[in-house]
Amino acid sequence: MTANPLLDASGVAKNYGAVAALRDASLSVLPGEVHALMGANGAGKSTLVKILTGAISANAGRILIRGEARDIRSPAAARRAGLLPVYQEPSLIPDLDVLSNLRLTGTPVEPFRAWVRELGIPDLDLRETARDIPLAVLRVLDLARALAVEPDVLLLDEMTAALPANLAEKVLDVVRRQGDAGRAVIFISHRFVEISALCDRATVLRDGATVGVVDIKPGVEEKIVELMLGTRVVKTHVAARTAAQKAAPAPARPRIAVRNLRVGTKLNDVSFDLADGEVAGVVALEGQGQDELFAALAGSIKPSGGTIEVDGQPAKFSHPIDAIRAGIAYVPGDRSEALAMQRSVRENIALPFSAALRNWGPIPMRRERATVLSAIQRLQIDTRAQGEVQRLSGGNQQKVTIARWIAADARTILCFDPTRGIDVGTKQEIYLLLRELAGHGKSVLFYTSELEEVQRVCDRVIVIFGGRLVDIFPVEEADEPALMRAAYGLPRGARADVGILADPSANPSDSTSANASDTPEAAP
Amino acid sequence: MSHFLRRQGWVTGLFALLIILFIVTKVIQPGYGSGDFGSLARAVLPYAFAVAAQTVVVIAGGIDLSVAAMMALTSVTAASMMAGASEEYALFVVPFVLAMGFVLGALNGVLIVVTRVPDIVVTLAMLFVLQGAALLVLGAPGGAAAEWLKAMISGTVPIPGLPDSVDAWVPKALLVLVVCLCVVWIPLRRSRLGLSIYAIGSSELAAFRSGVPVARTRIIAYALSGLFAAMGGLALTMSTGIGAPIPGPYLLASVAAVVLGGVALGGGKGGLLGPIVAVFVLRLVRTDLTLLAIDPNVTAIIEGLIMVAVVMFGAFITMRGRQ
Amino acid sequence: MSSTAITPAPVPLGRRIKRFMADRPLIPLIILLVILVVILQLLRPGIVNERWIANTIKFAIPLAILAGCQTMTMLTGGIDLSVGTVATMSAFIMATQVVNQDPAVAFLLAMMPAVLIGLVNGIGVGVFRVHPLIMTLGTSLIGTGCLQVYQRTVIASGAKIPDFLAWLGTGVTWGFPNALLLYVPLAGLIVFTLARTGFGRLLYAVGDNERATRLSGVRYWQVITALYITSSVLAGITGLLYIGLIKAPSLSLAEPLVLPSVAAAVIGGTSIFGGRGGYTGTIVGALILTVLTTLLTILQMPEGARRILFGLIVLFVTAAYLRIVEDK
Repeated sequence: MTANPLLDASGVAKNYGAVAALRDASLSVLPGEVHALMGANGAGKSTLVKILTGAISANAGRILIRGEARDIRSPAAARRAGLLPVYQEPSLIPDLDVLSNLRLTGTPVEPFRAWVRELGIPDLDLRETARDIPLAVLRVLDLARALAVEPDVLLLDEMTAALPANLAEKVLDVVRRQGDAGRAVIFISHRFVEISALCDRATVLRDGATVGVVDIKPGVEEKIVELMLGTRVVKTHVAARTAAQKAAPAPARPRIAVRNLRVGTKLNDVSFDLADGEVAGVVALEGQGQDELFAALAGSIKPSGGTIEVDGQPAKFSHPIDAIRAGIAYVPGDRSEALAMQRSVRENIALPFSAALRNWGPIPMRRERATVLSAIQRLQIDTRAQGEVQRLSGGNQQKVTIARWIAADARTILCFDPTRGIDVGTKQEIYLLLRELAGHGKSVLFYTSELEEVQRVCDRVIVIFGGRLVDIFPVEEADEPALMRAAYGLPRGARADVGILADPSANPSDSTSANASDTPEAAP
Repeated sequence: MSHFLRRQGWVTGLFALLIILFIVTKVIQPGYGSGDFGSLARAVLPYAFAVAAQTVVVIAGGIDLSVAAMMALTSVTAASMMAGASEEYALFVVPFVLAMGFVLGALNGVLIVVTRVPDIVVTLAMLFVLQGAALLVLGAPGGAAAEWLKAMISGTVPIPGLPDSVDAWVPKALLVLVVCLCVVWIPLRRSRLGLSIYAIGSSELAAFRSGVPVARTRIIAYALSGLFAAMGGLALTMSTGIGAPIPGPYLLASVAAVVLGGVALGGGKGGLLGPIVAVFVLRLVRTDLTLLAIDPNVTAIIEGLIMVAVVMFGAFITMRGRQ
Repeated sequence: MSSTAITPAPVPLGRRIKRFMADRPLIPLIILLVILVVILQLLRPGIVNERWIANTIKFAIPLAILAGCQTMTMLTGGIDLSVGTVATMSAFIMATQVVNQDPAVAFLLAMMPAVLIGLVNGIGVGVFRVHPLIMTLGTSLIGTGCLQVYQRTVIASGAKIPDFLAWLGTGVTWGFPNALLLYVPLAGLIVFTLARTGFGRLLYAVGDNERATRLSGVRYWQVITALYITSSVLAGITGLLYIGLIKAPSLSLAEPLVLPSVAAAVIGGTSIFGGRGGYTGTIVGALILTVLTTLLTILQMPEGARRILFGLIVLFVTAAYLRIVEDK
């Protein structure tokens, strides 16, 4: 530990407007180590990576490379400084062949070839266009391209996601050996199994700040989960709901029945029911297929397999209007996706009223005003700046997107992370509102990236990992640590001493854990 | 591999179409000979340069609506400078006009990068500005062209060792076209800059992450477009002997030929050969319609319909590709 | 972040001006118009009189209607460059058909190509997603070709301007141009459509955020097709009015109006990116451009300089608009 760090970043901060994506992040990587960078969704991992690789510039902080202060202004500058990233989406130019991609980045061809063979792809045609190469291979090529220039620090973002098991193994093998040459690897992953097998230390981020650096040793994952969750890990009291909040008794026929739903390679064989009067939570790490699940239910993308039944009737949605007619409304996570930002609160709420051709005529202004006003009051939207939605605060914007569907009296609301980036007060109001909707017999599907919300709002929790539904929790058992483990693909009830970190192959009792985390890899 | 074949297949198909059209032409008009081919090459010349100008920016993921106006401006500038001037003076005019096109094209790029106004709006505004400038240079068609310039594209190239009957099929205009395009295109295609142009059109994010200077590359792409447009303007002056301030129908034709030539409107794909062959195809269709004694105005309509259909088809393919 | 946008904290003057410009574009526009008129009066004392005003309005009206087409299409992030050709076609067909046909029949014949071109534009933009600029430029090229063919079939029969159109186009009653009889209801209708109908609301919403409208159940192609047909029909009506004003049918009758119509809408505060703007600003924009044209003519500014000026206006206003929006 006495060696000088290869990369030493400290006090890194980045603001987007008034929102602080990073407050005080630090990361110190020693020569020869594989260093894990961890953090829950929105903790600032991706922002830190972008800063280190020159994609964006920090507002504050100091980055030393081999003890020298460097100003990394562009990806090219990061390359020159010896810092090379491999992103989750391969950065090979899709319309150029592999050889041209190498020339573009000034990568020597022979070392590249050698690495490609090393990584388990013996027969690569360099003349092939990147677009025609399967995603998994492309990611390996991206890695090989980075390795070929022998960078001091290699930054791997979810390197093994979407890789078949055999390739993933080779990749991990190569990464492990990087350290031997005195180089360093920053390894970002959601998979404890990999991190334990590969990494020497881990830096944990929470809410834009580094909260701890731990040595990886057996049993440390409890500690990491704790760090990622912060003080909140103190087991949340399961609030017994009052009678009014309690879900109505489930009717015999579910409101929506999803069976074997499949969307491309992102979502596989997902089945569940949504009953009237319930709030069903969805918990997943970023990009595990939840986006596709919601989009398919909302009619914005067509599923490639499986069925959706609404009130017992099979439904085929080819346009969101079909889902809306079936009473299913979608509140997307990104508010800018749902709102006409330059228009007024009222127009935004009333937008669905004008959608159908027969409603293109004069607007019954008085009736519309009454409907909109009651929705505004119900959600207590701050209307001081109602002339333009973009002048509202994030919380109020989110309320407008929900108010739209309350005004339209939708029976089922799909809420995708509605509390992301909004203030605490509004969050509370949204929790109450969702419970209230359920109390009125509506059904809500609620994806959240903040695990603590689950027990406040949901009746049941669906956990998705790697495009598959891995568990359904009753709310009583859905405390944060349990959810966090499940979201990372760890089996329910696993304890540290069972040894997630133990070699899965050597421990037959742990095979479930290995399977759970291997599923996405097995599915190309 | 399949993609590679598909792309090359597209150009091969276009070549086949061109040959079929030549055969059709020969059937309609048995007397169709080398002289007619020469005039076809001359007619193609300005179109081909317009298409080259459009191709570069479309590959870089943009669009240039000011192509036709740029041609008009460079054409009238050349014509008015050469009016009453000596033959030697034209030796100065040609590089001057080319440089002007390059700089004005670069201005397009700079405006897009600096103002962050979408390319389509910037080049539309530039279309107005360049048109106005062309009118200021020459209020009405006029000016002149040096004789040697005019001679450069008329007649054929005598190639020693070949019989005249073969020579006759190598019009000078075709040679000028091939030389001008190759001088710019081949070194570009082989350079890192050329790769960068494809890269920013194919995926701006991936290009940025690969260390490509996106803004600079975009400006250069527009500058090259301006250069090609200036060549087109000179070609106009060379073939007509004058300059006309009102732009011809080169904008839509260039977009249509780019699409027909297998360059996706989204950017990043295709080459220069396809669009150039496409221009020949479109011109030959016109020739055939004329030979069939169809009213030239009807010919214009049919041509317009073909272009709109091609553009719609291209947009449809792009849309499908995105989904 | 929750309250940054609505706190009454002191806002820098520059930003206040920007916001004011964004909220009330009409007031600075009217001030600009008055300034231009004053300059005109100073350059040519006595030029501003009742006749001049009537004349200015007469020439501003066709421009204002075409600028209305641009306003509506620009609200959705589009543009309609075929309006010039459509106006010319309807004018030319009217003038030639009325020789042998009943005026009502001639009118229907004149409006037919307008509807057809609008439909093709709408399908091209809404279904095939061709960029509106390219699409409308293409249909306008085809339209011009058709008109040339048509011209040869009617070359023998000659043309005449129906008395009614001449009266409407050039007549003045009690100091008011008769064209206002057509224009005032038309402008009222456009303003009402944009502000108070479902269709108008969808135009704004589609231009502001197409994905949001899709999620709200709006079918894009329906809105766009209806829009481009409306735009074309308006352009056709403009053609009829314009032929009554110019009284000389030609194959490039309304073509010179296309560029100014785009500029008028942009000056009037309609964003070329869609989602923002309105017709009242456009009307003032059309008046400003008409006065500006007079001014440039008086200054003996050539046509070329005028075009350069229009181009620069479009570019600068768009860039400035982008800054205003980004500043928030």
